[in-house]
Amino acid sequence: MTTHSQLHKPLLVLLISLMGAALLSVVLFSPRAHAKLTIEITGGVEGAQPIAVVPFGDVDGARPSVDVASVIAADLARSGRFAPMSRREMLVTPHRQEEIDFREWQLLSVNSLLVGEVVKNPVGGYMLRYQLFDAFSGKQLLSNSVPSTEKGLRHAAHRIADAVYEQLTGEPGMFATRIAYVTASGRGPKSRVALRVSDADGFNPQTIVDSADPIMAPAWSPDGRKLAYVSFENRKSAIYIQELASGRRERVASYDGINGSPAFSPDGSRLAMTLSKGGNPDVYVLDLGTRQLVQVTDHYAIDTEPAFSPDGSQLLFTSNRGGKPQIYRVSAAGGPAQRVTFEGDYNAAASYAPDGRSLVMVTRDGGGFRIVLTDERGGKRRYLSNGNLDESPGFAPNGSMIIYATQNNGRGVLAAKPIGGGASQRLSQDSGEVREPAWSPLLR
Amino acid sequence: MFQGLRSSRLLLAVVLALAIVTGCATPQSQPTDTAPSAADLDAMTPSSGSEISTKPLEVEPLSPLDDPSSPLYRKVVYFDYDTAEIQPQYLDLLRVHANYLYRTPGTAVTLQGHTDERGTRGYNLALSDSRAGAVKRFMTAEGVPADKLTTLGYGEERPADPGHNQQSWALNRRVELVY
Repeated sequence: MTTHSQLHKPLLVLLISLMGAALLSVVLFSPRAHAKLTIEITGGVEGAQPIAVVPFGDVDGARPSVDVASVIAADLARSGRFAPMSRREMLVTPHRQEEIDFREWQLLSVNSLLVGEVVKNPVGGYMLRYQLFDAFSGKQLLSNSVPSTEKGLRHAAHRIADAVYEQLTGEPGMFATRIAYVTASGRGPKSRVALRVSDADGFNPQTIVDSADPIMAPAWSPDGRKLAYVSFENRKSAIYIQELASGRRERVASYDGINGSPAFSPDGSRLAMTLSKGGNPDVYVLDLGTRQLVQVTDHYAIDTEPAFSPDGSQLLFTSNRGGKPQIYRVSAAGGPAQRVTFEGDYNAAASYAPDGRSLVMVTRDGGGFRIVLTDERGGKRRYLSNGNLDESPGFAPNGSMIIYATQNNGRGVLAAKPIGGGASQRLSQDSGEVREPAWSPLLR
Repeated sequence: MFQGLRSSRLLLAVVLALAIVTGCATPQSQPTDTAPSAADLDAMTPSSGSEISTKPLEVEPLSPLDDPSSPLYRKVVYFDYDTAEIQPQYLDLLRVHANYLYRTPGTAVTLQGHTDERGTRGYNLALSDSRAGAVKRFMTAEGVPADKLTTLGYGEERPADPGHNQQSWALNRRVELVY
């Protein structure tokens, strides 16, 4: 997406958006630290591969501020695929291949062994050297060095976890990614709503928009550099696209009625959305290059919550044209819609897995709203959550986990869960509500 | 410079205050088609030998929108779960408002639609818009010019009651008429 303002007068645009922000009681931020998300692991770890992530050695007094091995082990544990061995059970802590006696690790029944060390980098910062072994054969599976700044240590650790995950599962890792979410605190005139972005493990949360009015529906651009969202500043809804690094943003839809549910196409060239400017909510697609707006659905019922297929040709959406909300599929260029879901009397907010072979959505089961996984045709339902008010489900960019919003003791929290089974994680803030999570794409 | 600005502001404030006081004291706008009461006469007659004079207090008439005894005081209609259909018991209330808007120049209203927290936020945003739209269609059919009616769907983002139970949900499924 390019706009003439971004190309020609970035400073002016920044000033204007800052002035606008002050007037509208919305504050935009370049990334800035904020209240931390706390992660709790809930549930068991059956079926997970045992792995030993040995504490990294500290060469020449490098003394990094981050325990790199513990970040890697926590990542692997959260995936549900690995059961990292407790450090207390480790009898020795080798840092290099020549220090390893594989018989010791075979006795402890670990499948894999990760060792490494942190070395001062002569040009500043650190080098993280690591080696991954098959504990039974002693075969080296990975050997690499990752440079890192002091501030980038957690990120470097996530990248090592990604490499280990990919080596051992054959699928890309998603630990060096981010999540966007909405937080809310206070009520009435004191209420504040913020759009935040944190690392995928909840660390390093930063506020990118703060407002007295509702903010909804964050959606990542496929390059991970922008977020589209709905803001109700100025007493009406509008869709904005904000560049994360600069805090600059652009209003792309502010028609009469609602402007909601933005979703980027997989190539980032289009933005699907819900508009009710025609008298009732319908799905539209905006070409971000030409600014051409195409109406995709045209029905007197509600059509909303569009989500692109991985190839960008189709859209899933929620419609109550049959009386109750169900999932439908339509060509992204418009045309007749096909109903996808038939089971249950409430199916909504569907999205595709990255490989396009399964869908995740909200369904009503009895009185409760739960997250359900289906095949791409809406069949073979499998419940992934058991809350009463679960919503906003989405896949991790490698398709291995889902993240969604749920309630814990009446308070909004996030939950992440491996699709293949295993421990769930709950992400909550010290105070206030957390909701509407959106997992970033893989970040290059 | 600043001093001058401040004193001219002060002057302006004094002039405004005087205008308000004299405005309030002017009895010309009082309805005159009723005979003054004895008490009125008493008050208006300068008492001989005294410097004291009394004046009637003019009270700004309470807007019927803010008057608890007016049918216009109620400004919320409630909905059943997952529907934008206006319940029959609210039609009279909406007719009263439609009549007021139709008859009163310079009035306009924003119809703010809301849902309870159940179901997805995106669908609820659309549902709240449909609720506001249903009220707008009814009021236009009652003769209110469309340019006096604005709709705004808030979805489940602005609950009237923060609870997570049937009672709270019933209070949250609503359209508010905000003048």
